[in-house]
Amino acid sequence: MPPPEPAPPSLPRLFGSFFAVGMMGFGGVLPLARRMIVERQRWLTAAEFTDLLALCQFLPGPNIANLSVALGRRFHGPAGAFAALAGLLGGPVAVVLVLGAVFDRFAAVPAVADGLAGMAAAASGLVLATALRIAAPLRRRPVGVAVAAVAFGAIALLRLPLLPVLLALVPAAILSARPER
Amino acid sequence: MTGVLLTLAAVAAVLSLQAVGGANALIPELQRQALLRGWASPPEFAALFALAQAAPGPNMLVVTLLGQRAAGVVGALVATLAFVLPSSVLTFVVAGVWERFRTAPWRQRVQAGLTPVTVGLVMAAAVLLCRASAGNLRMLLVIAVSAAALLATKLHPLWLLGLGAALGAAGLLR
Repeated sequence: MPPPEPAPPSLPRLFGSFFAVGMMGFGGVLPLARRMIVERQRWLTAAEFTDLLALCQFLPGPNIANLSVALGRRFHGPAGAFAALAGLLGGPVAVVLVLGAVFDRFAAVPAVADGLAGMAAAASGLVLATALRIAAPLRRRPVGVAVAAVAFGAIALLRLPLLPVLLALVPAAILSARPER
Repeated sequence: MTGVLLTLAAVAAVLSLQAVGGANALIPELQRQALLRGWASPPEFAALFALAQAAPGPNMLVVTLLGQRAAGVVGALVATLAFVLPSSVLTFVVAGVWERFRTAPWRQRVQAGLTPVTVGLVMAAAVLLCRASAGNLRMLLVIAVSAAALLATKLHPLWLLGLGAALGAAGLLR
């Protein structure tokens, strides 16, 4: 039974905890981060975590990276934000660089190239599943479906650059939106 | 070399602030930029994306791999830093004033408006990745099985990536 922790975590502790989350998280780091922050370290209550996550999903960028910055800032300002973000990214960046170098080195071996192509197909299927999952709640919102369809058509079919599409579509999407619940 | 690094930094930094609802929404634009600048063809991009998925950590590491392809380890670090810095600085700044507008009606309206945009972009990401990686019918079957398994079972995604890699390496998908 670990007692609740009143003192804010030290910088090395922030770095280390986010390092562990980064290295253990496969295909979705957020659930792990929640367990670490709310249940294990008790840095935030469940309600505080949900609130902080809303901020990170509201802003652009990888949600988990935003979360590390916001949490690090809360305890130690800029140094805390840097320690948490560096901890989160340091390990995975090193791993992916090694993977990239290994595959570059053996790209000419047919079994490696074919294996990677098979893995690419599986990875595409995972993104397809994610897309279907987040699209499902939109079903009963015709305006939302229309906005999603325009974004899809402009990007996937017309292959337009993202920036002008966002500049044109986001204001229209916000003006046509009704807040949920 | 410096030119490539500057290009990488500029591309990644501008993309950082366009990641509406997370990094998955950026896949189509990353794929487009990679092709445009000669860093990776669409099938190569799909393979890099798969490698990034197989590594632990946040699902933005394909940016790191594109940087590595364009300009080695330095390119990878430049691309990664340029990608996380703008959105991190924005988060840092907004976190300080978040309490003031967290419950504001316009904030909820903005979020409700952005959600369908994210859905359209992630759907585009899925279709473009599938088109690039489905070289034949058997590959298409792998895509369908891995999507269905992720939706319908609690199987860890890493198993599905491993299964695809094993089938491919065994020469069964050619």
